[in-house]
Amino acid sequence: MKALAARRHHRAAPVVLLLLALLVTGGLYAVLAPSPATAETASTATDVEEGKRLFQANCATCHGPNAEGSPEAPSLVGVGAASVDFQVSTGRMPMQMTGPQAAEKPPQMDPEQTAQLAAYVASLGAGPAIPTDEQVDAALGDSANGALLFRTNCAMCHNAVGAGGALSEGKWAPPLYDVSERNIYQAMLTGPQSMPVFNDANLNPEEKRDIITYLVEQREGSAGGLSLGSLGPVSEGLWAWVVGLGLMIGAAVWIGAKSS
Amino acid sequence: MSTDTSPSSTVEPPTTPAGKAADYLDQRTGVGVAVKEFARKVFPDHWSFMLGEMALFSFVVLLLTGVFLTMFFDPSMALIEYHGAGPESMQGQLMSVAFASTLDLSFEVRGGLLMRQIHHWAALVFMASIVVHMMRVFFTGAFRKPREINWLVGTVLMILGLAAGFSGYSLPDDVLSGNGLRITDGVVKSIPVIGSYTSYFLFGGEFPGEHIIPRLFTVHILLVPALILVLIGVHLFLMVLHKHTQYPGGGRTDKNVVGYPLFPVYIAKMGGNFFIVFGILALMGATMSINNVWNYGPYDPSPVGAGAQPDWYMLFLEGSLRLMPGYATEWVIFGYTLSLNVLIPAVVIPGLLFTFLFVYPFIEARVTGDKREHHVLDRPRNVPARTGLGVAFLTAFIILALAGSNDLIATHFGMSLNQITWAFRILFFAGPVFAYWVTKRICLGLQRKDRELVLHGHETGRIVRFANGEYIEVHRPLDDQERWLRVNYDAHRPLEIEPATDARGVKRPGYQKDKQWQKLSRFFFEDRVEPVTPAELAAAHAHGEHDEIEAAPRSPELVSGTENADREQ
Repeated sequence: MKALAARRHHRAAPVVLLLLALLVTGGLYAVLAPSPATAETASTATDVEEGKRLFQANCATCHGPNAEGSPEAPSLVGVGAASVDFQVSTGRMPMQMTGPQAAEKPPQMDPEQTAQLAAYVASLGAGPAIPTDEQVDAALGDSANGALLFRTNCAMCHNAVGAGGALSEGKWAPPLYDVSERNIYQAMLTGPQSMPVFNDANLNPEEKRDIITYLVEQREGSAGGLSLGSLGPVSEGLWAWVVGLGLMIGAAVWIGAKSS
Repeated sequence: MSTDTSPSSTVEPPTTPAGKAADYLDQRTGVGVAVKEFARKVFPDHWSFMLGEMALFSFVVLLLTGVFLTMFFDPSMALIEYHGAGPESMQGQLMSVAFASTLDLSFEVRGGLLMRQIHHWAALVFMASIVVHMMRVFFTGAFRKPREINWLVGTVLMILGLAAGFSGYSLPDDVLSGNGLRITDGVVKSIPVIGSYTSYFLFGGEFPGEHIIPRLFTVHILLVPALILVLIGVHLFLMVLHKHTQYPGGGRTDKNVVGYPLFPVYIAKMGGNFFIVFGILALMGATMSINNVWNYGPYDPSPVGAGAQPDWYMLFLEGSLRLMPGYATEWVIFGYTLSLNVLIPAVVIPGLLFTFLFVYPFIEARVTGDKREHHVLDRPRNVPARTGLGVAFLTAFIILALAGSNDLIATHFGMSLNQITWAFRILFFAGPVFAYWVTKRICLGLQRKDRELVLHGHETGRIVRFANGEYIEVHRPLDDQERWLRVNYDAHRPLEIEPATDARGVKRPGYQKDKQWQKLSRFFFEDRVEPVTPAELAAAHAHGEHDEIEAAPRSPELVSGTENADREQ
């Protein structure tokens, strides 16, 4: 102890103390913090239990300890498993930061944790369930009908082929090229963020699948060459100036420089 | 040579096949005279003189591909159910024959999609090269006497280009172009008194009706191209008649043209440029998809897609409409609605922009009081007010075009659509004024730099120390070409007008009008940098071996207004 006291004015002392403090804090956190769920696929009761723990660790700050909602975030009672699966598997929830709307990010929960959270929220009240693989199988839909439905219901925000578009006050309708078929279905079913709900009376499950088929068809690319983002005349005009006029003026300068 | 005295035998008969053919033609048509005249016509050399050519050649490409498309396109609005080689998503859909034939010519006709894409890219490039050509003509003052009429012809050609583009864009009868037609219908209806009648006249009844596509087809393939062809003829005829303008430089005056003969130099350059333009357009048509109408689907008045915009040359109109606040701008007067929210952005604003283009040459002629012919171009810096006005005009146009793309700016730069719209509303008024001011200051600065260079020469970086310890930097005088370029320009002064009353104190009629013109003239020429006069140059040279710049309290070369009008010539 005497040796320690003698060295308390040593130059390295603050650094050592800081490191020790960090170690203690980190150690305490590791011991006390709720451990991430590691349960195997088990009975629904266990899923709900684990889901509740995950919820309280990751979501309760905004949505309330019992998902009853708060001034910052809506109640999740009755939103159903589909909504949780959509929000969590696309990384929108837990929300990275406040803003006009929750942005996509790499998912924070693995598929199993997502399922547990979904099971917990579904247990709070009846809501739309996660669609089956058959409901979202693009091969089973009719893209012509999907095109028709997409044009009347979705294109005004998401662009005619799902390239995305702007909404008011910094919100946006995201591009749909990389969204999984299941997530597209869930989005229609639950209406996340600014999106309206397209329930089964509005678009029945077959019609939802037709829309998915149409959107998947758009991923094959354009018959005429580079799609230029499928953004319409503005990007075409930009490229006409950059590529067309750019090359032509370059050539004109070259011709003008010849012989003179 | 034979000793025969008959003049015909002094010319040896041609021996080559080409020569024989030329002789055959010449004996029957006398074309040799024209060839001789044109082959020796001299054109000055500069890359920017090829911008108009680019527009001409894109138009040739438009004609060639357009003829091909006409053979397969069917401009009918009859409804059919589509079953064909088009995309899966179009099968079984109800659509007009016009839309179906667009799908067929894209997916069933060999090379059809390529031709359609080349045609559309050529249209975008046609308008773009017209705009760049106009910019060149404007900023170099090539519209001055005797070319004012040709400027008007060119401006009408530009508007006809807009008409051709818009009518063609609407032909496939897809959702996107149908939205454009709906806006057109709204704009027409916003015109007071005649609006609704005109709309019914154009569409043959209530929008969309069954007549608009066939009518647009006639406009697109007959009326507008014929007018464009005629006006291109007039445009080129006037160009040949006036002879081409040339950039300033030693030996170039308003009475000569310095350059190369049309044959062989310019024939080769023009021919080469044609193939380059065609090649670039073909490359674009082959690799970049444009206007995939099957993405938008057949026209139906109810849906509209995000990112619905017109082609770039119409974007300024779209932007103007998007910027206009919708509240408190629709007035009902005695039961009649006056839609100022459409009338102002879609009729008044474009009207003002086009009017500026039409009247500018005459305004400038009036405020300079200059009635001479000009064949040597201005350097843009030497007419600061004109250059500033041109940049201000472009700024307004570009801000409107960007406002027409505000949704894409919002998504691609992560901004709020509402804030962008407000920013553009303010910028539409403040931007051009700011652009004018900055451009004018830059021009004046460049002129002063020129002046300084002429008076003092180039800095060489060589420092010499005299025996008395003084250091100077040696300046190398400009060579004759450099100096010629920098001193040969007109620095117009504001108009001087007759006094308000004559010698007997009687009021002079027309004085008020003259005063207004003088005011405008002052706006143009109050701030100016006079070119270096020979006397000043001699003074600067005599003034010493060392080229020091005296520190004057007030820049002596920037004369302001009439206070210095009696300055030495």
